[in-house]
Amino acid sequence: MWLVEMSQGDRMQASPGRQLQTMSTLPNIGLPSGAESRPMPEAAAKLSADNLNFFYGNFQALHAISMKVYDKRVTAFIGPSGCGKSTFLRTLNRMNETVRHSRVEGDILLDGENIFRLDVNDVRRRVGMVFQRSNPFPKSIYENVAYGLRINTSLGRSALRDAVEHSLRRAALWEEVKDKLHQSAYGLSGGQQQRLCIARALAVNPEVLLLDEPCSALDPIATAKIEDLIFQLKDSCTIVIVTHNMQQAARVADFTGFFLLGKLIEFDNTTVIFKTPARKETEDYVTGRFG
Amino acid sequence: MSPSSTTVGDARPSFQNGGRAQSFAKRLRAGDEIAYTLTFLCAFAVILVTGLLVFELYGHSALTRQKFGWSFLVTSTWDPVQGQFGALPFIYGTAATSTLAMIISIPLGVGAAIFLAELAPPGISSGLTFLIELLAAVPSVIIGLLGVFVMIPILRTIEPGLRAVLGWTHLFDGPFYGVSIFAAGVVLSIMILPFIISISREVILAVPNDQREGALALGATRWESTWDVVVPFARKGIAGSIFLALARSLGETMAVTMVVGNDPKIGHSLFAPGYSIAAVIANEFTEATGDLYQSALIELGLVLFGVTIVINAAARLLVLTTTKKGMS
Amino acid sequence: MTWNKARRKIVNAVMLSLTGVCTLVAAGTLVFILGYLFVNGAKSLNWDFFTKLPVPVGESGGGMANAIVGSAKVLLLATVIGVPIGFMGGVYLAEFGGTIFSAVVRYVTDLLNGVPSIVMGIFAYTIIVAQQKHFSTMAGGVALGVMMIPIAIRSSEEFLRAVPLSLREGAMALGASKSKAIWTVVVPAAKAGLITGIMLNLARVAGETAPLIFTSFGNSFWSPGWDKATAALPVMIYTYAIGPYDSWHQQAWAAGFVLLTLVLAVNIIARMILAKRGHVAR
Repeated sequence: MWLVEMSQGDRMQASPGRQLQTMSTLPNIGLPSGAESRPMPEAAAKLSADNLNFFYGNFQALHAISMKVYDKRVTAFIGPSGCGKSTFLRTLNRMNETVRHSRVEGDILLDGENIFRLDVNDVRRRVGMVFQRSNPFPKSIYENVAYGLRINTSLGRSALRDAVEHSLRRAALWEEVKDKLHQSAYGLSGGQQQRLCIARALAVNPEVLLLDEPCSALDPIATAKIEDLIFQLKDSCTIVIVTHNMQQAARVADFTGFFLLGKLIEFDNTTVIFKTPARKETEDYVTGRFG
Repeated sequence: MSPSSTTVGDARPSFQNGGRAQSFAKRLRAGDEIAYTLTFLCAFAVILVTGLLVFELYGHSALTRQKFGWSFLVTSTWDPVQGQFGALPFIYGTAATSTLAMIISIPLGVGAAIFLAELAPPGISSGLTFLIELLAAVPSVIIGLLGVFVMIPILRTIEPGLRAVLGWTHLFDGPFYGVSIFAAGVVLSIMILPFIISISREVILAVPNDQREGALALGATRWESTWDVVVPFARKGIAGSIFLALARSLGETMAVTMVVGNDPKIGHSLFAPGYSIAAVIANEFTEATGDLYQSALIELGLVLFGVTIVINAAARLLVLTTTKKGMS
Repeated sequence: MTWNKARRKIVNAVMLSLTGVCTLVAAGTLVFILGYLFVNGAKSLNWDFFTKLPVPVGESGGGMANAIVGSAKVLLLATVIGVPIGFMGGVYLAEFGGTIFSAVVRYVTDLLNGVPSIVMGIFAYTIIVAQQKHFSTMAGGVALGVMMIPIAIRSSEEFLRAVPLSLREGAMALGASKSKAIWTVVVPAAKAGLITGIMLNLARVAGETAPLIFTSFGNSFWSPGWDKATAALPVMIYTYAIGPYDSWHQQAWAAGFVLLTLVLAVNIIARMILAKRGHVAR
């Protein structure tokens, strides 16, 4: 069964005994009475950044970012344009390495292992990404979803078909495309194409899914569909989403990080960030005073 | 766009007397009128010249067209002495040399285009592309010169090797004197390579970056993202460059006639000498005694004209729909 | 699983290296051609080459002075025919375009551009040589001139179009008529591109041999005026290269070297001018 095939190979990669970490490292904010706060769950840190700095040539785009992304939770990054949230997201699957003259300092751990020491293609398979503008390949709907599986596995035809159907169902797209799997992906609407890209990313069974402003090019209905999708997915997949839409972050995310000028200003439960932020910059942003 | 619709001339300041204003305006409009007419005529001249070209080609090939009709294209006898003219050996030769040129230069060209567009740093990419595009500027006769004195001797030395490795295809049978379809195919491939590289590189560069990133984000290697996603995305433009290269190779004259052997025979071996349409026209036109002979050669020119028009049109259609700049 | 990953990595490395090899082959070919011509051509080159006429077969010495002059005359005539018509046509397309007529003109121009040069030679033969019953410099000039027209139109149009609309509007806002705006503002602004376009065009037809074979034909002597057959450099290269004499071969190398140097020099200069101004040479 293909699911077992994939995860067995991956379990052998993660080092034993490093699976769980407690919440004690989260900042203890003195909450004013009456404020809501979600109790800290017993969740593991799937990804953690440790003093991460990132440079484009001589320009420093990220300054000493340290934070944790918790397993099977939705984490959102918010902040004004150019604050570095997308740049940081792209370091999590080493996509920033495609930019010439870029440099990273610091560590990012995936299940405790430094991703910069792992095989980069492996990291990218385990940490998937959906982009701001949908980018389906010039192939059929079926082949788009199957592509990741074709290069990463050696599944037989029927196993492949099952996997493609499974991914399309997970992305809530199966019913809409099941009769036209072999038509070009470009025949789909914008929202459908984005869900196709989600299905494509899910097909390789990633442990983390990075979403880079996935709804910014979509209408409200398509956006709502994708937000529903995020709720459904988070039980099986850790999700990190970058969004410039604060309401979206408030709707979908368990944790939120606020970025400004390349620094992570504050990171906490979403409710705390939006209702009782600790830092003035965060408060100014979420109340709309700037950005 | 009527040239006499300028209103500038009408807006003369009121202190100028009416008479002077009128003639000034008239002169202005006349200047526009002259410019428009002159440039229009020159633009129209192109249509005129092309029409005249087709007319002359059609007219001066009337003799053989009437005498042989369509069988001209499928007869393989070319015997000027007896007045027997069949175009098949030249159609075969043109097709065979161009096909060989394509087989050599398409992988080389697309490969180099991939390197220049995806792997090379921008400075090196432009520098090497500049060098390769200069290759397109080398006159055909000079490639022919090198073909005769450099390439054919080289081919003679690798001849036994080719026979040993590829002899089973029966494409390399028979004696090899140097001048051959094979030699012509190789020189043609040198001449069309820069076109494939230049255009393919541009269309690959134009592929949106998020296509590459989409593949890389799934864990694909650089090669996989390039070959499985980027190149298919650019396939129309690459196909266009191949068509363009084909059109060029069909019409190439000098380099081919210097190395092809100029023998109007159809054989199965690449080592045999052959003849192409352009080569026979170049070689025999000045010695064409008699109207029938000349008409046959001009009809060959008409055939070549028709074929290159069609292929060029297909090429432009493909290239224009994928890059912003059209070819000039 | 790990074997598959290793295989993918190997394929990646091999294929990417192969593309580099392809590039080296392509770039290396030009370098090889240049180098070979330089070595062989330069050693056969001497002052006589530029000043003397070809000598009868068997004798040594001699040069290609008549071919150099002949080429120059043919190219001059070609320029006189091709450049004005091409330039004006380009002005029409750039400034008065947008109609169906201009779309047709563009299409036909591209058509004409794709016509093999040998067919152009036939054309010039039928309209001039056949009428006059003899070869001539003029026929050669017409053949090359007609080849220059479509290239000139497209490149003129491209460079004129590249002049920003704001310049035209600025001139017209000052009271200039459309035609005055074109000649006094737009054309000068496109000057660099237009001139380099002419240079590239010339370099391209300078190397053309096929159309000259049965128009200007060839001549072992001087060819005064425009009415006689004339020697031309590329045709001499062809004739001497396929001839049986070693002295001829040496002359062919020398001539090839001269021709290639001129053609490449013009190309490089033109492209560098264009690159400096941010244009892309076509």
